[in-house]
Amino acid sequence: MQAYERVKTARLSSRPTALDYIHSLFSGFIEFHGDRRHGDDKAIVGGIAWLSSIPVTVIGIEKGHTASERMERSFGAPEPEGYRKALRLMKQAEKFSRPVITIVDTSGAYCGVGAEKRGQGEAIARNLMEMSTLDVPIITILIGEGGSGGALALALSDRLWMLENAVYSVISPEGCASILWRDGSKAAEAAEALCLTASDAYSAGVADRIISEENLGSKEFYAALKADLRDEIEVLIGKEDLTELRYQRFRSFGRRENDL
Amino acid sequence: MLLSFEYKAKNELEKDGRSTAPLYGEKEIVCPNCHRTLKESEAESRLMTCICGHHFRIGARKRLGYMTDEGSFSELFGDIEASDPLSFPGYGEKLSKARDASGERESVIMGTAMIGGCPAAVFSMESLFMMGSMGTGTGEKITLLFEYARAHSLPVVGWTVSGGARMQEGLLSLMQMAKTSAAVKRHSDRGLLYITVLTDPTTGGVTASFAMEGDIILAEPGATVGFAGKRVIEETVRQKLPRGFQTSEFILEHGFADMVVSRIAEKETISSILALHGGKRNAGI
Ligand SMILES: [Zn+2]
Repeated sequence: MQAYERVKTARLSSRPTALDYIHSLFSGFIEFHGDRRHGDDKAIVGGIAWLSSIPVTVIGIEKGHTASERMERSFGAPEPEGYRKALRLMKQAEKFSRPVITIVDTSGAYCGVGAEKRGQGEAIARNLMEMSTLDVPIITILIGEGGSGGALALALSDRLWMLENAVYSVISPEGCASILWRDGSKAAEAAEALCLTASDAYSAGVADRIISEENLGSKEFYAALKADLRDEIEVLIGKEDLTELRYQRFRSFGRRENDL
Repeated sequence: MLLSFEYKAKNELEKDGRSTAPLYGEKEIVCPNCHRTLKESEAESRLMTCICGHHFRIGARKRLGYMTDEGSFSELFGDIEASDPLSFPGYGEKLSKARDASGERESVIMGTAMIGGCPAAVFSMESLFMMGSMGTGTGEKITLLFEYARAHSLPVVGWTVSGGARMQEGLLSLMQMAKTSAAVKRHSDRGLLYITVLTDPTTGGVTASFAMEGDIILAEPGATVGFAGKRVIEETVRQKLPRGFQTSEFILEHGFADMVVSRIAEKETISSILALHGGKRNAGI
């Protein structure tokens, strides 16, 4: 499949959303609200739940399925409050030694006057800093769109798993085409050039696994994913130098040979 | 010269004003804000600011010259060059143009220096190198500088100028936001100071990473500072943006900067802050 076909597939409203994953992979999910600063962003859902017998913190970017759900969820474009809520829940997870699972699906952080007033850049930056030393395992599943900094703000993790048709990119192909070639219709070429598919991310070492979409959304699909998630969490819980390994993981991207 | 007063910036790219070369005598600059014509030496003596308060964009090396003690700057990691990991169409050509225009190998230069007698690790971003965009070379250099400063217990002072992450390097340029943030955090966890000075423009992925991660955040007057691009926001909200939106003064008002400082008072302010953090012995007595 061409890169841009995958982009379009990743955006389909019929795909399972973060809440579908949360209800299928975990049991006893209790949703928590608010960033304790300004408000509650409905584009990000978060709370605690059981992964089999392990208590975990789950945070997802929710796009919604129907037109009204998508409006309410701001099409999965989080405001600063969403990122601050996510950080609050991650710090809470650290306090109670719960692993964190984030489910990412966004075209990007919300672009608006209010978002800028309330420090969208600062909110993302703060999450990146804090996640880099969060002393519990973090696994991210990128289920659809991984739109730039707005996606990364929940994805500075020990493991990144991508769905087969998920995409992860520094800019949307449309945005890239209009900036570089002043022609938004060249999005397909931009998508190719940006190397944004799951297999591109896997070969760059950014994604650790590519999850097959055969039976996407079926019972078997979730059961297999749940088993893998539990196994991986157990591996990560056993690691004493978790935050050092996380540092080295991101340190390696674009590393140049240069001795201090 | 007669035409110079008729000059008016028509878009963002022209906002720095036009440098007019007269037939004889000294080079003159027209301020895009008040339309005054300034002699270059006059502007220079005011650190490239106009009497009206307008701050002209300046290069990364010129800035370090203004802000650090004479002869104290010693460059680090200067051999790191921008690379083209995706063989992105047209990028190689853009890079060679950026190198020619700026004389630099990447969009940031750095090293160690003294500021008012206080030692610091410093970085300064270069607008003439692809508008200070963050490629893997940029992220690598910023990370190396924070690692160096951590190993040598130095504060970091950095001047940001950036259009954001550099799209021609794809996902790896996005990862630099994570990499640099992790390096800033490690430096911070050692109890070391980080001061950022936001200059025109600081946007996108740099705003959403190391620009906003300073313990103390200063901003130059009138600089554009924000996350999303103005055009993107206008298209999303379908309304005209308020006056002064995404400026230094705007982020100060909303609580995202500690102070807006004129370039003329900047060095003094930074050295006072460094001294208060133990940068100079017997300071304050
Ligand atoms: Zn002026």
